[in-house]
Amino acid sequence: MELKISVKKRLPSFELDVAFSCSSDKLLVLIGPSGAGKTTIIRMLAGLDKPDEGTITFDGETWLDTERGIFVPPQKRQLGYVFQDYPLFPHLNVQKNVAFAAQDEICVEDLMKRFGIWHLKNRKVAMISGGERQRCAICQNLARGPRVLLLDEPFSALDAVTRKTLRTEIKQLKGELRIPIIHVTHDISEATQLGDELLSIVQGRIVPRWLFQFRLKALSFRRRAGIEDIWGQNDTYNDNLEVSSL
Amino acid sequence: MDFTPLYLSGKLAFVSTFFLIILAAPIAYTFAYRRFAGKAFLEALINLPLALPPTVLGFYLLVVMGPNGWMGRTWEAVTGSSLVFTFAGIVIASIVSSFPFAIQPMKAAFEKIDRSMLESAYVLGLSPLATFLRVIIPNSISGVTAAAILVFIHSIGAFGVLLMVGGSIPGETKVVSIAIYEAVESLAYREAGLMCLVLIPIGYSFLLLLNLITRRSRAWN
Repeated sequence: MELKISVKKRLPSFELDVAFSCSSDKLLVLIGPSGAGKTTIIRMLAGLDKPDEGTITFDGETWLDTERGIFVPPQKRQLGYVFQDYPLFPHLNVQKNVAFAAQDEICVEDLMKRFGIWHLKNRKVAMISGGERQRCAICQNLARGPRVLLLDEPFSALDAVTRKTLRTEIKQLKGELRIPIIHVTHDISEATQLGDELLSIVQGRIVPRWLFQFRLKALSFRRRAGIEDIWGQNDTYNDNLEVSSL
Repeated sequence: MDFTPLYLSGKLAFVSTFFLIILAAPIAYTFAYRRFAGKAFLEALINLPLALPPTVLGFYLLVVMGPNGWMGRTWEAVTGSSLVFTFAGIVIASIVSSFPFAIQPMKAAFEKIDRSMLESAYVLGLSPLATFLRVIIPNSISGVTAAAILVFIHSIGAFGVLLMVGGSIPGETKVVSIAIYEAVESLAYREAGLMCLVLIPIGYSFLLLLNLITRRSRAWN
């Protein structure tokens, strides 16, 4: 199973023009500064935005082909999409949110137990913390049995400790799911920890050298700050090292 | 005191509210979420009853629903009876004149819903109709209830438009507002006063309910 995308879209300040693929056992990280077009790519994969031209295929199935006029709506793509602001359904409790599009109830219970939110099953989503909401959003998408998982800066609004715990959970999950996972982030440590492949997106283009240049800047930053772990292997430093901080 | 006009007004308000909420919900959804040419013109047209004297609206409804109007002719062809001066006729008149009261609160409630919540529902496999029923309506329940209360109160209080379309046929179109007017015309002040007195607590309690719902909705948000 391989997800392939090759799209072009005119955005207000630049043209997005990318082509890449992600196979079923890989977690591909899209990294780059804010406003680089990462979320637009994810939205196009989900079918929430349409490119001006291009193709998206998954496992031989065409989801989008602008030349042939093919567009498969998001409902038919059967994917999981964890949004940046994890929009849950406020009128439902945590369990009903997870079960919203679930394949079966047992899977809902298993997932909620695994992500440590089973004890919150009867709570309304407004009454739980950001980290718990994020876990609920991940469970909700996994319960659907997605063929592709899209994560759009899922940890950006969380504190460092919760972020670290969730990263570990995603890392474990990656090995079990065996579906293409695309993770958008502007957090370099998150990218290096989770990603099997890293793709730097700058102004709508894939810029392989950007990450290297970024690392050089990080190196100089760390030297100035007197941090010895210059390549960012230590989480304690990395949790504060984001693209925007440099 | 004859309670038939009161009963008729209550029946008219219930029937109008029921049909109007069902009719107005998809229109409010379209105004809240869709962009299309002429949207502003269509919105103004639907809100026109607010800006017109009820008699003007009643006059045009009478023309359209009369034996020579397209609606009246169609109705007669289907049911075999006339539309004007019937209960069905005043229900239609009440629905048309109350349309803005149903559209505005529902549209406002729909617009408050986070777009990403709807997108999340689409990605989770829900069709736009299923999203409307399972996500939008449950999260706009205060707006829908507010719309229903406003339509109900407005239908109870309607006068001019109903008089034009329905006249004053006892047990059929003589609703309480018309019965009060006629009682005053025939100097039966006691009967008019009693009917007025019954309407005050009804209107007041519905407004209190509306207030309560608005407050709860604010607190929830």
